[in-house]
Amino acid sequence: MKNKLNRILMLAMAVSLVLISTAGCSKKDSSVKAEADVIKIGVIAELTGEIPAVGASCKNAAEMAVKTLNDSGGLEVGGKKMKIKIQIEDNAGRAEQAASSAQKLITQEKVVAIIGPNSSGGAIPTSEITETAKIPMITPWSTNPKTTIDTRLGKPKRYAFRACYLDSFQGQVLALFAKNTLHAKKAAILFDSSSEVLKGQAEVFKNTFEKNGGSVSAYETYTQGDRNFSAQLTNIKNSTPDVIFLPSYYSDVPLEVQQAHRLGITTPFLGSDAWASSELLKLCGKDCDGYYFSSHYSASSKSPDTIKFVKDYEALYKNTPDDVAALTFDAFGIVFEAIKAAGSAESEAIRNAISKIKGYHGVTGNISFTGETGDPVKGVVILEIKNGAFNWYTDVNP
Amino acid sequence: MKVVASAKKLAVPAILLVGCALSCSVSNSNLVDRYVELVVMYVGINFILTLSLNLVNGYMGEFSVGHAVFMAIGAYTSAIITVKVFSLSLGPWIFPLAVLTGGMASALAGLLVAIPSFKIRGDYLAIVTLAFNMIVKSIIENVDFLGGPRGYLGIAKLTSLVWVFFFSFMALWVIRNFVYSNYGRGVVSIREDETAAIIMGVDTKKVKIMTFMLSSFFAGVAGALYAHLLQFISPKSFDILKSTEILIMVYLGGIGSIAGSVLGASVYTVLLELLRPLGIWRMVIMPLVLVFLMIFRPKGITGLREFKWFIPSAEKKIKLFKHKV
Amino acid sequence: MRLGLSYLIQQFLNILQLGSLYALIAIGYTMVYGVLSLINFAHGDVFMLGAFIFFLAALWLKLPFIPALIVTVCVTVCVGVLIERLAYRPLRNAPKMSAVITALGVGVFLENFTLALSPYPQHIPEIVKNRAWVMGQVTVSSIQTIIIAISVTLMVILDFLVRKTRFGMALRAISWDISAVPLMGIPVNRIISQTFALGAALGGAAGVMYSLAYPVIDPYMGIMIGWKAFISAVVGGIGNVRGAMTGGFILGTVEIAVTMFLPSTYRDIVAFTLLFVLLIFRPHGIFGTARSVKL
Repeated sequence: MKNKLNRILMLAMAVSLVLISTAGCSKKDSSVKAEADVIKIGVIAELTGEIPAVGASCKNAAEMAVKTLNDSGGLEVGGKKMKIKIQIEDNAGRAEQAASSAQKLITQEKVVAIIGPNSSGGAIPTSEITETAKIPMITPWSTNPKTTIDTRLGKPKRYAFRACYLDSFQGQVLALFAKNTLHAKKAAILFDSSSEVLKGQAEVFKNTFEKNGGSVSAYETYTQGDRNFSAQLTNIKNSTPDVIFLPSYYSDVPLEVQQAHRLGITTPFLGSDAWASSELLKLCGKDCDGYYFSSHYSASSKSPDTIKFVKDYEALYKNTPDDVAALTFDAFGIVFEAIKAAGSAESEAIRNAISKIKGYHGVTGNISFTGETGDPVKGVVILEIKNGAFNWYTDVNP
Repeated sequence: MKVVASAKKLAVPAILLVGCALSCSVSNSNLVDRYVELVVMYVGINFILTLSLNLVNGYMGEFSVGHAVFMAIGAYTSAIITVKVFSLSLGPWIFPLAVLTGGMASALAGLLVAIPSFKIRGDYLAIVTLAFNMIVKSIIENVDFLGGPRGYLGIAKLTSLVWVFFFSFMALWVIRNFVYSNYGRGVVSIREDETAAIIMGVDTKKVKIMTFMLSSFFAGVAGALYAHLLQFISPKSFDILKSTEILIMVYLGGIGSIAGSVLGASVYTVLLELLRPLGIWRMVIMPLVLVFLMIFRPKGITGLREFKWFIPSAEKKIKLFKHKV
Repeated sequence: MRLGLSYLIQQFLNILQLGSLYALIAIGYTMVYGVLSLINFAHGDVFMLGAFIFFLAALWLKLPFIPALIVTVCVTVCVGVLIERLAYRPLRNAPKMSAVITALGVGVFLENFTLALSPYPQHIPEIVKNRAWVMGQVTVSSIQTIIIAISVTLMVILDFLVRKTRFGMALRAISWDISAVPLMGIPVNRIISQTFALGAALGGAAGVMYSLAYPVIDPYMGIMIGWKAFISAVVGGIGNVRGAMTGGFILGTVEIAVTMFLPSTYRDIVAFTLLFVLLIFRPHGIFGTARSVKL
């Protein structure tokens, strides 16, 4: 009996070892035969886990960007048309899975660049890996400053880029907008304190607003997954603010706004880029009418690039593209542009070309890199929600 | 006979030496894919976590559902040491020191769970551990010194295959010797019948304190290795989902078994990576595998049984402590 | 006027609404625990399924509120019974913890299966016309009233079922001693199935009302609520139906009261520390009694 058990155990261990090694080798063989005129790009998205909607948009936009390019014949590199192939990996919204999928994409799939992950929790560990492997990475949506900065050396990472602006800039724009355009003297803030992005936005807003002569009458928080905000909103109601700044993800916003209305709050809300999803309109209905928020792009923009993008996306997925989709599309655009400019699909050449990009006409506006950091120079769009649609209100450029 | 005995004495240092040399050469050469190396390191870290939780849940029969909290304490403590307290230029010995300190900090926190466990048992203790997990996560989120929800940054990559192997081996060796010591019998007697154990003269309080502290010590070690592997930790990395993941590995492999911990950690980690091509359906298949395994092998792959090599030779002779099938 | 009377009344209404939802879900945990000593971790996800089925019933079948509620409850009952049949019954005689892990697995499966079909959060259309009555500074909404009324009615019916009917007697007998019950001619399997059905019905109903109050639903919504309901059940003394109801209201009160008086960032710290302390002083919850150990 005991012998039999031991044999089974030995077998099981041997099998798992073989599994690990075949996982390592089988893929390598296929990549050896990789076709010469195909460029491989990796995508790491949050398909499962806490923010699956972000992952879904990222995947949709990535597939569309590549399909559009391949249908038009491919990318011209050094006088030869090359097709693009993408490999999409799920990171389940967890840091360790983001790291292992990045490592897999680099060593087994031999990708030349990586797009993603979108959450900072995944993007930071991934950027450490791409830095060591010298593979350029563009995160569409991670606004944490540390994604592109090496905190230990205190200088920018060489291979980490992002397609979005930084939170500090956005927070300042919104505070000034509340103060000057909405003429608010007292502001209340309600935010998700377990999200690094939203907490950062709330802090920057509070500092800038107070520095410019306003006062913050209530500073309330909740944690991810909360659905009941009645206690916080009752506190806010009692502090009689002129505006309520609400850096919350679009899936929470309708709950907060509707509960506020049920409590009889009529103060206008002001949102951040976390609101920017076409889902918000469906989820919120009429409750969000008349509120402003900042965004990376506007689907109602008059720019021809944006109009074409929105039309194509809607035709393919029956859904208005949100900012993650637009930013992912731009991240791909930047990589394609860089490959064209470099005339090569080598990682190092792509990296150098990305850092030299100036005035790229993206779906989310003009994008330039200074060559020093991985953070782009681009503007903030302020949108107004009106009659169940996002309407462009104003642009703020740095 | 004498030769065999002396060979056995040499076995532990020999395995350690060979393993370290092998893992060192692997990580310095390009023989093994970096991805495979990373997955193997995950297996090692998960093995330490699984084995340490198995000590409490499997051998002692308690139900702790907040194991990630000890991981968090180890991770944050060691990260503070390597980032703020000591400069890395002092030498390579800083890292093991930081890992062990992280483990010790976490062992102290283990005391906080051990003391309520004198009175509280079963599912009520599960709630205590769960509450402890939530409290610590919430505290980290609120302390700016620890980076709050933004996470702790600037950690250097110090974890290598060698260190993962070294600490996994240490966990295996220490816990195996603990389990087959007199205290270990006390631990198992608490699982089988606590009242009887008290009557037989087992100092259950002492045994519980030691077990909880040992368990959380190794969870802290694993957390420290995790922090220095990913170079980024945030409160979200140590939430209930992480605790659940460790629980699943324990019961998948088998409770009360070191071999089970090895298998549970490696099968779970490797399967998660192998199923990657399934995309979104990966997370649908994984739990189904778990459910089927539980239905057909309710005790896990090797529940309450042990691999021959892990049982001390003295143990095999006495029939006092018979291994259940 | 931070602590005026109207403010307190407003918060009290908030407590009632949140507490009754926690209580409804907690009952499902506690009843299953009572008969099988099993923490049914999939229960939070049955609650989530309830919300999604209600969404489908309201959007596709265009049913009004009451029929949609009934359809939802019927489907969740089937799911609950099916889970018990397929996943838990084969493990009836296995170690307790393997059943708990199976429950965890079933829960994760339900979450990700729903996710694979619907990655974006969904919005429940406004089925019940919401009206807000303003009385002084207190605002009462019709949805709040409906939730509290339905929950309290369901809880009263359940309490009657458990205390006064033959089913309830059998249920309590099983939780007292599962091995002696079949000897008395009670069909254990049927009672257990009925218990799961009842628990799932309450979970489904809670899902419906939750999606009325908080009309954005996503596949992971059951996790946190599930844990919190489980905590409520334990605070009340797991296995005790009245305890679970009280526990739900206690948790609701603590969560809201902490936010009333302290910065809301500290809510989880304070709420869970209170729980910690409570269990140290009452290791078997509020209504639970320590059973003497047979030697």
